[in-house]
Amino acid sequence: MVDSVIGLSKPSNRMRLQQLQDTLFRGTTKFFALAVLALLGAILVSLAIGAWPATKTFGFGFLFDQSWNPVKERFGGAPAIYGTLITSLIAMLIGVPLALGVAIFLTELCPPVLRRPIGTLIELLAAIPSIIYGIWGLFVLAPFLQLTVQPFLKVVFGDIPIIGILFGGAPLGLGVLTAGFILAVMVLPFIASVMRDVFSTVPVILRESAYGLGCTTSEVVRDIVLPYTRVGVVGGVMLGLGRALGETMAVTFVIGNAHKISPSLLAAGTTISASLANEFTEATGALYSSALIELGFILFVITFIVLAAAKLMLLRLDRRSAK
Amino acid sequence: MSLYNRRRATNFVILALSLGATGLGLLILFFILGSLLAEGIPALTLATFTQTTPPPGSTGGLANAIYGSVVMTLVATLVGTPVGILCGTYLAEYSRGSWMAPVVRFINDILLSAPSIVIGLFVYQVVVVNMGHFSAWAGVIALAILVLPVVVRTTEDMLNLVPSGLREAAFALGAPAWKVVVMVTYRAALQGMMTGVMLAIARIAGETAPLLFTALNNQFGSTNMNAPMANLPAVIFQFAMSPYADWQRLAWGGALLITFTILILNIVARTLASWSGSTK
Repeated sequence: MVDSVIGLSKPSNRMRLQQLQDTLFRGTTKFFALAVLALLGAILVSLAIGAWPATKTFGFGFLFDQSWNPVKERFGGAPAIYGTLITSLIAMLIGVPLALGVAIFLTELCPPVLRRPIGTLIELLAAIPSIIYGIWGLFVLAPFLQLTVQPFLKVVFGDIPIIGILFGGAPLGLGVLTAGFILAVMVLPFIASVMRDVFSTVPVILRESAYGLGCTTSEVVRDIVLPYTRVGVVGGVMLGLGRALGETMAVTFVIGNAHKISPSLLAAGTTISASLANEFTEATGALYSSALIELGFILFVITFIVLAAAKLMLLRLDRRSAK
Repeated sequence: MSLYNRRRATNFVILALSLGATGLGLLILFFILGSLLAEGIPALTLATFTQTTPPPGSTGGLANAIYGSVVMTLVATLVGTPVGILCGTYLAEYSRGSWMAPVVRFINDILLSAPSIVIGLFVYQVVVVNMGHFSAWAGVIALAILVLPVVVRTTEDMLNLVPSGLREAAFALGAPAWKVVVMVTYRAALQGMMTGVMLAIARIAGETAPLLFTALNNQFGSTNMNAPMANLPAVIFQFAMSPYADWQRLAWGGALLITFTILILNIVARTLASWSGSTK
């Protein structure tokens, strides 16, 4: 009798203990999952609070004001926002065709034995830290561009009206164009690897039917692969754009850090992230810091929208290929 | 030119261009690595590892910066990894049918690509302002926030690869759910999860932007986590932008150290991943 009571109560105690442990473990994992959500909220709220003094003082005009005067405490975000957008645009104009080329090479042209090593090497470009691109850009790429590409661009486009303005001024090496070029190299591996992945979701039967009709490889890519993977390709490009917009160190090294909007791509400029990296720790005065935090807030909102759009497009493609 | 020849010519041009694009990508990679080796190797001497960062014009090394980088990276990994693993576990094991999973996954993927300088700004606002001074702890928190999304992502992916037969076998033996996760699923996915952690370390080892407003920098050797701490990326930034030739040389030496550490971590992680993939 006694034995059987002990025999019964022991396992049920253990059951209860295990149930408790289960609930605890499950609760802990759920807590940390919620913490990720809370983190995003905390970032947005804390930046909004930090930016409030500047928002209150300058209002919406902050987005369009070109002045940046720490002494008179007048700050406008336009040069940094313009610089962020123009460098990212240049990066996309150079990086997307390159990434497309790499993806086409890896999926259509490359011998299968080399596919993995070459793919890995291209992806290693993404592993190199931003600051290394910066130091390389400053000491190696900028002098190279100054001596070769920039004089060439000036000779070719300099005398054409309107376009010539883009290449006005002395070729300094440092400036918006160099920053755009480095960003292009940095986003190349991200865009290329998304494109490669979505290209490989194209059903073999579609591809082979087109070859069977006598299409050339480039026609298969243009008329079969790209239309089929359009959403994914755009998603990959947006993902690269999100990276380019927020990239900091590489740009800080080569953009020249001038708070002005100049029409020439060879001139110095600044971006939101470069302004933050250069000035934030030296910002004296609450309004100065607050203006910089507002820039950071604007950057976070822009990249959030771009990345969210990219993610939604890629999810849509996933769902289709899962069917 | 006949239509056939024109199509063949277009095809040739496009394929040649794509070959050229790949070639250019590889060329730039080797150009960067080549410059690093050429400029960095002469800067690496014994003094680089034993002496602290010098004032301009005198000899010195990077010992304090190397120490700071290693310590902050390790502590940040130790803080970020468990949180990331638990969050990934929730997504892979417990979230079925819940509204939370897709939302957390989505937000996590955005944090994965979010600008790291904004994370630095956030930690400045929350930690540095409240503490009243820059500190290595603030740097650690910023880096841990960067580790988190990488680990969440790989943990979830790797746990999803574990065959459900293993879990069901453990359940059939009467194991409670948490024991199944910890003793069966984690063990089966261990290699993949390690890969994730290594990729996360590689990600933060070279991060500069989030440290600029958190750990700041320190001219001197300091082991106080409550004070500003030197770290390789910030020293490289300061030294490379300076007009002094000897500082610039040290910057190249530091850049070489960081890059090759990160490339080795990446290659080992990839080998580990492909190895665990092939045994299944």
